[in-house]
Amino acid sequence: MRTIHTDEIEKTVYELARRACLRLTPACTAALQKAKDGEEQGSAAAFALDTVLRNADTAVCENMPVCQDTGYTVILAEIGQDVRIEGKFLGDAVNDAVRRAYEDFCFRKSICDPLTRVNTADNTPAALHTEIVPGKTIRLTFLPKGFGSENMSRLYMLTPAKGVKGIVDSVVETVRLAGSKPCPPVYVGVGIGGTFDTCAFLAKKALTRDVGSHNPREDVAAIEKECLAKINALGIGAQGFGGQTTALGVACEIAPTHIAGLPVAVNIQCHCVRCEKAEI
Amino acid sequence: MKKITLPLNQEDIDALTAGESVLLTGTILTGRDCAHKRIFEMLDRGEKLPFPLAGETIYYAGPCPAPAGKVCGSCGPTTSARMDSFAPRLLDLGLKGMIGKGERSEEVCASIVKNRAVYFAAIGGAGALYGNAVKKSELVAFPDLLSEAVYRFEIENFPCIVAIDSRGGNIYKR
Repeated sequence: MRTIHTDEIEKTVYELARRACLRLTPACTAALQKAKDGEEQGSAAAFALDTVLRNADTAVCENMPVCQDTGYTVILAEIGQDVRIEGKFLGDAVNDAVRRAYEDFCFRKSICDPLTRVNTADNTPAALHTEIVPGKTIRLTFLPKGFGSENMSRLYMLTPAKGVKGIVDSVVETVRLAGSKPCPPVYVGVGIGGTFDTCAFLAKKALTRDVGSHNPREDVAAIEKECLAKINALGIGAQGFGGQTTALGVACEIAPTHIAGLPVAVNIQCHCVRCEKAEI
Repeated sequence: MKKITLPLNQEDIDALTAGESVLLTGTILTGRDCAHKRIFEMLDRGEKLPFPLAGETIYYAGPCPAPAGKVCGSCGPTTSARMDSFAPRLLDLGLKGMIGKGERSEEVCASIVKNRAVYFAAIGGAGALYGNAVKKSELVAFPDLLSEAVYRFEIENFPCIVAIDSRGGNIYKR
């Protein structure tokens, strides 16, 4: 048994918040650069991608959030089963870190009551997903999730007969319907299988993978590839201005499902892919 | 790149064509979901708005708080479509320009033409760049809405694309 104090967890989440909101992931920056190089010089799409890349530099130089939507704080905590957590309640430690980080680093507080719309004023609560895994470490993933793109996400409960074609059609349809609204070029997280709820979580988890990475299962990687080609053929382009790149990548995660169903969740992420990880 | 001064004048608006890039300099108001709801509630009650809309340009945005030594925090555009149900009435009241991101409804497009107004697309996700282009910021209304409050900004060289022009030209329709 290894003991980890919540002070250490709190410190780590605080630091992850700072890093995550201030910079794009290196894989995202590389994909944006590639997208820009693929657009015609002087086109609106090239202008948009150039602005986005310049913005990423400005954010780092000026120590400012890369996007003002510093998101709904999504945190995945993979907790080794040989870890004993000491100190505060884990949820309190995480929320305390989020509260302090969003205040100290001047991040926007974007969480409100869904009915009264009154802002909680400190960006809590975070969406904390805990998972017990083998081992004696805690792996933390910090994903500040913007909602312009979250709003464009969809969940399909397909029949098994729809098969791979149904999955691909659902993913492409989601991006087509989103159009210019979610800040394309988007990153598309797809959950395949599980239940209504775990499928949506798989899609979210897929977004924590590096842009450009592939699922180790060959048949799943083939779906990622087919979806990406079909999405980019839509021609929506950066910011919806038309162009070659509508998605930077498609990441699929898969889990066994029921014999009666084929759930497919499509979670849209804008081009501002921000995600930081740490292991304690 | 074409330079446009705000508040907009009709001559400049009429000369804008969908697809061209522009640099905006001058004053704008910010306003997004909750501020629009408040504005509508006030109008429905027959109250006078704390800021006149005639001739104004509204920026659909909710900034990050300003760090020490800065006028404004990160402040890129939010998705305009969420303000579609509000825009035609505000355009009828004299609003001349909107800045946001993404396509608009048919009703908004028609209202832009009817009112000879314009819709600019700022580049979504470029929050740091736009925040730095804000040279002055003043809270105008609804402070309890925090980042969703209405601010008056003085902006300088704000890069945008003309998305929907006063004749109905539309970059999202290809």
